[in-house]
Amino acid sequence: MTSKSSNLIQTAAAGSKNTSPFLVSNLKSFTGGAILFLITFSILMAYLSPMGYMAVTSLKTLDQIPNTRILPQTEELFEYEGELYPVMNVPTEDGFRSLVLVQKGRQRSQFIDPQNPEGGLIEWEGRWRTLEPNWETDLATENYSEAWRLVNFPRLLFNTITIAVLGVIGTVVSCTLVAYGFSRFPIPGKNILFLILIATIVLPGQVTLIPKYALFERIGWTGTWLPLIVPHFFANAYNVFLLRQFFLTIPKDLDEAAMIDGANPLQVLLRVIIPQAWPALIAVMLFHFFFAWNDYFEPLIYLLGREDLVPISVGIQQFNFIYGKQVHLIQATALMALVIPVLLFFVAQKYFIQGVKFTGVDK
Amino acid sequence: MGFFTDALREASIDKSRGGQSLLQKQKARWGWLFISPWIFGFFAFLFIPMVASLTFTFLDFNILEPEKTSFIGLENWSKLGSDPLLREALRVTGVFMLIALPVAIVQPIAMAGLLNARALKFRRIFTTLFYMPYVIPLISVIYIWTGVMNPQSGWIARVLMLFNIDMPDILNEPNWIPMALILIGLWGAGNAMLLTLAAMQNIPTSLYEAARVDGAGPMRIFFSITIPLISPVIFYNTVLALIGIFQIFTVPWILSRGGDRNPDNAYLFFNIHFYKTGFKFQDMGYAATLAWVLFLIVITLTILLFWSAKYWVYQPGSSES
Repeated sequence: MTSKSSNLIQTAAAGSKNTSPFLVSNLKSFTGGAILFLITFSILMAYLSPMGYMAVTSLKTLDQIPNTRILPQTEELFEYEGELYPVMNVPTEDGFRSLVLVQKGRQRSQFIDPQNPEGGLIEWEGRWRTLEPNWETDLATENYSEAWRLVNFPRLLFNTITIAVLGVIGTVVSCTLVAYGFSRFPIPGKNILFLILIATIVLPGQVTLIPKYALFERIGWTGTWLPLIVPHFFANAYNVFLLRQFFLTIPKDLDEAAMIDGANPLQVLLRVIIPQAWPALIAVMLFHFFFAWNDYFEPLIYLLGREDLVPISVGIQQFNFIYGKQVHLIQATALMALVIPVLLFFVAQKYFIQGVKFTGVDK
Repeated sequence: MGFFTDALREASIDKSRGGQSLLQKQKARWGWLFISPWIFGFFAFLFIPMVASLTFTFLDFNILEPEKTSFIGLENWSKLGSDPLLREALRVTGVFMLIALPVAIVQPIAMAGLLNARALKFRRIFTTLFYMPYVIPLISVIYIWTGVMNPQSGWIARVLMLFNIDMPDILNEPNWIPMALILIGLWGAGNAMLLTLAAMQNIPTSLYEAARVDGAGPMRIFFSITIPLISPVIFYNTVLALIGIFQIFTVPWILSRGGDRNPDNAYLFFNIHFYKTGFKFQDMGYAATLAWVLFLIVITLTILLFWSAKYWVYQPGSSES
């Protein structure tokens, strides 16, 4: 990227050498850049706008949802002689005034001044239906505590994190060992084996699901977390590929030097390879953590009837099937479920993005 | 690029065979030890279950009454022809594939193309933010978008209202349902976008400069240089999108409230039919047959795609003549 941009500067400089259009072309590229920025920014805003919808809706009361306001707002009411009347935004000779609509009429309506309710009725000519009510912001933060309690969020969080962390350990340990084996040792037929490993990526999971389910049912693993954790201790193609690619970039001289010093291959892995492979190992851990957080189908089938064991994905879906009309609570649960993954992504995005690129880039 | 071509290339030049010294043999033994978790996992969770799954297709097997399991020959396979729901499921999945696959191919290229524009400032921040929806858990994605697509209070309806257009109830009207799934899928493009962007950034600037000297315009450059050079990534993304489309379950399952709200079977994707057969009606023999049908379809399409690759995917290092 740097070479590209420096090239750009050079060509720009060469083109404008000793000539007055220098400023013009600079201005041109500046406005071009600004327009490009604005376009990209608008597309980004549109692309992320559903998150805004979620945040705003999760802070509304159920009554606020059908009203025309985007933000959580309610019509302001004023108590006058024991009754509640709406406060309207009324155009008068001295600009807009907030007045309380006490008597509605077709052509003219009666108002009072909320600052001076004893001042008597104020008549206003025009249709009151054309008036805009006075909206006041009213955040229903209690939605979060209610959703937290109704879905039993601490339980869901505990289940999800336990399943995810145990799976992360299994994945990173097994994939490291297997990737090390594939990247450093002269196994006969290694490349064919590696091709088989990669081919498993295109295998649809359904084709193995029924016998696996029957097996887990037979050995009593259904209704427990074991089917969601144990298989991850046996490596998977995607992460082995990523780690192997990374290990191949580590110079072999280092492990050969360690071997000469009498280290066995396991010691080489622990002392030479792993200390240099942290970025890739962190990426693998993140990938599995996100996978486990996201996984819905397997918990659905293996934890059927065990509401106390389900992770966030299944728990929130079950909540929605019961409380589907409580749109504000649904959006609150959606936000609660995404906070940890999104924060983790922003904290560790460097490793994450590098890891994704590593799975796609030729050696 | 990526998994497939690398692995294929290496399999064809297997240089690690042949008689070896004692040291080599000892090293190989270590190697087997290290890859043994995968070997075990491959047999335990893949190969044996696959073979078992094939045998199940010849059985009448209900998991609630395993003792009643009986051999029924090709009955499950002949049932495929007379299963009206299977026909529906194939129609729904096929139609969706025709709409979703072009989107899955074009969207990452468009996003990466935008992010790759030379004059763009804050490229890294934009890239991170455009990627971010990819890490939002699917369950949240589904509920956020169902809210946004609500025909009364959703934001899409509100924008359309500004233009006096009525928002269709796209989650309940059968013809609109694929569109609802496409919208939900827009947030799933992050990985493909990132790989495409990385590939675009790997294109040597000299190629662009040469083309510009020859008088090529930006459109010409994009279609004659950028697209061919990133075609390996497009190929890779297409393969993964194709497999992904046949794996779709969670979104239609939740939107149809577990298959209960399913106007004109518009949510009856292949996997919904598979799940209901196997886990709701516990007919595991027929469910295994459905799984094998899916497997055969996916394998056929993947092979076709790989075969097509030699006509449109650029092979780095291969001779141009």
